[in-house]
Amino acid sequence: MNNGTTAAPLLAVRGVTLQYKTKDHLVTATYRVDFDVQRSDRFILLGPSGCGKSTLLKAVGGYMKPIEGEIRLKGEAVTRPGPDRMMVFQEFDQLLPWRTVKENVMFPLRATGRLPRKVALEKAMEYIAKVNLTGFADNYPHTLSGGMKQRVAIARGMAMEPDILLMDEPFAALDALTRRKMQDELLSLWEGTRFTVLFVTHSIPEAIKIGSRILLLSPHPGQVKAELDSLPVDASASAISALEQRIHSMLFADAIEETTTTEKVTA
Amino acid sequence: MNDIAAAPAARPEILREPVSTATFGIVQKPLSFWERVTNLGWVRKLALLVVIAVVWEVYARQLDNPLLFPTFSATVLAFFHGVFGGDLFTKAMTSLRVLVMGYAAGIACAAVLTVIAITSRIGTDLLELLTSMFNPLPAIALLPLALIWFGLGTGSIVFVIIHSVLWAVSLNTHSGFLAVSNTLRMVGRNYGLRGLPYVARILIPAAFPSILTGLKIGWAFAWRTLIAAELVFGVSSGSGGLGWFIYENKNQLEIPNVFAGLFTVIVIGLIVENVVFRVLEAKTVRKWGLQS
Repeated sequence: MNNGTTAAPLLAVRGVTLQYKTKDHLVTATYRVDFDVQRSDRFILLGPSGCGKSTLLKAVGGYMKPIEGEIRLKGEAVTRPGPDRMMVFQEFDQLLPWRTVKENVMFPLRATGRLPRKVALEKAMEYIAKVNLTGFADNYPHTLSGGMKQRVAIARGMAMEPDILLMDEPFAALDALTRRKMQDELLSLWEGTRFTVLFVTHSIPEAIKIGSRILLLSPHPGQVKAELDSLPVDASASAISALEQRIHSMLFADAIEETTTTEKVTA
Repeated sequence: MNDIAAAPAARPEILREPVSTATFGIVQKPLSFWERVTNLGWVRKLALLVVIAVVWEVYARQLDNPLLFPTFSATVLAFFHGVFGGDLFTKAMTSLRVLVMGYAAGIACAAVLTVIAITSRIGTDLLELLTSMFNPLPAIALLPLALIWFGLGTGSIVFVIIHSVLWAVSLNTHSGFLAVSNTLRMVGRNYGLRGLPYVARILIPAAFPSILTGLKIGWAFAWRTLIAAELVFGVSSGSGGLGWFIYENKNQLEIPNVFAGLFTVIVIGLIVENVVFRVLEAKTVRKWGLQS
């Protein structure tokens, strides 16, 4: 893979500070985060819970405005949610329960007025076939398993052919076996179309397996700790575990100190 | 902390082959006819209705006072006489026409109010304030005022029906909107949907179970209000409805007819609840898995 660091990035995040209000507090989720996503990147936002990675993804999605810095997609500032940044969420209830699988995938194509009904249907069926759910095209979401629902959500996101696909821990609520299968499927889908994806996870193995580039964030508030290249798909087990160790020590160096001190206090 | 139980002793591994299904007694077999019949909700309800009718008949026969409590058979007879010989059918139709008018207008008002409420914070405050003010107010208490404003006739009844439908439907719809999951809201906005298309294509279907509950409650409230309003002033309107039919027959001590009038109200209620709303439920929330 050639990395086009010289080319203008597809997505540019520059000095983004994000804050949100809870009932009693003003919380700073991320502090001056910078990163660039190139076309066909599988860009991972990795960090422990509370590092603001999901908040960052929501900001890229246009659901939040940074109080400092800017987010640009193809040079245009992101101001509101839009179908050029399709999101895949973690929750299984992200499919519209009143529409069948087919209609769910078609819905954004039709709602944005992008395609006439017939073309939208063909496109939807094409992507449903890609996630191996052709036999379930007329099922309602409540009859599907969690993994199938996530596959529909991915098909729905991909069918829109967005500039960038935003995935917010899409496999976190799946069981371990299904999760592993979904990761493989996502990679083979990527091989087929080379879409750009921004993927949030807190699992280091998942980040290494899925990502081509990994951004490490530190917690409270999220700041960039490192931006690393991941390993090729056919990397050796020892290389993978070495990178895992390295990332782990970078991310959890502080956290381990914290737990040991608290243990001392309670002991 | 020293008395930790000892680790279990080493055990041999157990490996077994699953038995072929042919040796099981039953893997899957259809339920018996009786089980399948009793699984049908309408069959059970029909059985209950028969029991209620029998109890009514037996009690009324023992009482033997048709002026106070006519028998079930006398009521059904009066009902059929009323429908085929008398004016019960036209009376019921008159009532239904006014009812549907008021119900539809009430729903339309509720739709406007809840859309305003969901799109702005001040609108939410307005809806909450108005519902807490007017929801406890019995519609029939507004009737004297309505008579002054709209005169004796359909206008006044429609007004009080709107009042009885509006708050129940708005309240349920609004709370349904508020309960729509954040994920679905974000999905809708992701598609670039905003304003009315967002309400129509995301919020309304997602909140449909609550909306349906509101519609059912609104329907029942409308029915009650209508019959009560007709009882109060159906006297002076030319073509009265069911309430007027009941009132008139009471004055003439035609008690079986009074019962037939009430019976009509009940039958229409049963049909709307168990056919119209049930079909609506089956085609929407049940099919979507939002309600079992």
